[in-house]
Amino acid sequence: MVTSATSLGRSGLHDWIIQRITAVVLAAYVIYFLGFIFSAEVIEFSVWKHLFSQVWFKVFSLLALASIVFHAWIGMWIVSTDYIKPTGIRLVFQAFVILFCFACLIWGAQILWGV
Amino acid sequence: MNKNRPVNLNLGAFKWPITAISSGLHRITGILLFLSIPFWLWALQESFTADGFVYVKGLLSGIIAKAIAWLLLSMLAYHIVAGVRHLLMDAGIGETLEGGRRGSYTVLVLGVLSAALIGVWLW
Repeated sequence: MVTSATSLGRSGLHDWIIQRITAVVLAAYVIYFLGFIFSAEVIEFSVWKHLFSQVWFKVFSLLALASIVFHAWIGMWIVSTDYIKPTGIRLVFQAFVILFCFACLIWGAQILWGV
Repeated sequence: MNKNRPVNLNLGAFKWPITAISSGLHRITGILLFLSIPFWLWALQESFTADGFVYVKGLLSGIIAKAIAWLLLSMLAYHIVAGVRHLLMDAGIGETLEGGRRGSYTVLVLGVLSAALIGVWLW
């Protein structure tokens, strides 16, 4: 059996479920955002900042960012196992992806909680 | 372990039926959206100061930034539509060869439509 040590979940099924749950969270976030944008005629700075200063929306946004990161982690892992043949290069690539994901998550948390 | 598993695909050896095109686009848009995360975060960070908000809004009135925003949003729209199709297929809808072709076609048409709508909205 091929073990997926560099993927997010511990099995293909685990990855599969995480990929779907995060996808649904992201779709919900996008739909909410579309509603917000089209219900306001012009998006003023004050309206924008107020949206992101509410705690529930900070939580929703960070949940969405975490979902993006985990979704991308699994997606990039799948793509890299298909197209990058040499193990060394693939592992370096996957390590880069994981570090990139964590960096974005930490940076995003700092941005969202700095408002 | 079975060494004959068809892993590490050779892209050059493939034909490109519509199902491969829609699937390939789902992958490519996913990779590009992944790479775009820092740009979204940067814009978000800037937008929370009054000056930065005006700056980002001003950037988006320029043709290059607008084109990039259009591309990214269109890719996001396509990725979501193709993702919804995946969820439908998980539920057993459109899993036959014919259903797969129809699904791919639908997803591509919806992708083009949403790209057009996003373009109209941005310009």
